[in-house]
Amino acid sequence: MDTSLLTELQQARQDKRQVVLAVNLKTGAERLLYPFETRETSDLLEAARAALNNDKPAEIETAEGSVFLNIFNPKLRLFIVGAVHIAQCLVPIAAGADYDVTVIDPRRSFGSDFRFPDVTLDNRWPDEALAELNPDRRTAIVTLTHDAKLDDPALRHALKSDAFYIGALGSNRTHTKRHDRLIEAGFTEADFSRIHGPIGLDIGAKSPAEIAISIMAEITAVLRQKAVK
Amino acid sequence: MTEAPTALPDDDILEQALNWRKEGRDVALATVIKTWGSAPRPVGSQLAIDETGNMIGSVSGGCVEGAVIQEALEILKSGEIKTLEFGVSDDQAWEVGLACGGSINVFVEKLN
Repeated sequence: MDTSLLTELQQARQDKRQVVLAVNLKTGAERLLYPFETRETSDLLEAARAALNNDKPAEIETAEGSVFLNIFNPKLRLFIVGAVHIAQCLVPIAAGADYDVTVIDPRRSFGSDFRFPDVTLDNRWPDEALAELNPDRRTAIVTLTHDAKLDDPALRHALKSDAFYIGALGSNRTHTKRHDRLIEAGFTEADFSRIHGPIGLDIGAKSPAEIAISIMAEITAVLRQKAVK
Repeated sequence: MTEAPTALPDDDILEQALNWRKEGRDVALATVIKTWGSAPRPVGSQLAIDETGNMIGSVSGGCVEGAVIQEALEILKSGEIKTLEFGVSDDQAWEVGLACGGSINVFVEKLN
């Protein structure tokens, strides 16, 4: 491999781009693919997309010989809006599943180091924080505040992003009201349908820890492309 | 408020390989490209080796690293690419085989 290609690969990883290193095992020829940054299709690009989606390298046969596709996915990220009790339970579960977790809450008494000692805290308003954190295809966003003043700006921003999962805490009734506000704000039904609400897989969760488990289970199912509600 | 982590881990293998290159060292890169049965490290795992035998990363959790390093040092001289095969049915198994009973293919190349 050329050092210049390796330099480009490392830069792409720093920039959190989903990149595939395609190596011809017979000739040693190598190139980088950014399959989600193009609309083109080819067997190679489709295989690269599948490999990135499955989080698993792959090998495919081409006219020029076997090509190994090594994948470089950015680390998964989870942005939790609302430094509430459920968030306290969700942080360690998500960290254990290898997500970089950021808790966003402008209310400093909630989003304090005392309550969240081991996680990145962001005390800006959710829309401001998300604008800079730049959610991408490897990002999940959950809103947990129950407060439209905080949840809605986050959801509006999330819906404009490529986040693979968006979830909002609240009852069916809350979710219906949320629906009306977002439609009023100009979002389509298709946009709104991206929001998982009421949040979490239905496992009969009651306590904050159980709800955190149901949320993490749903995020995992969506990431791994299992059908959920 | 804790600082957000950077995109790459401190012990990133490719970053170390790149740093070695910047220091003017010859570097080889080994990548697990196929596994059968229970292999210790998944496909895509990498090991970087410099000209003096320094290494970072792993392709097998220690079982075949020694053999990979030897091949890598040869490849640094020849500049060729090579796919190495390790497994229990291999002649070398008694020396450098995988205790877990799996087999792996490792692609080795030089950084030019």
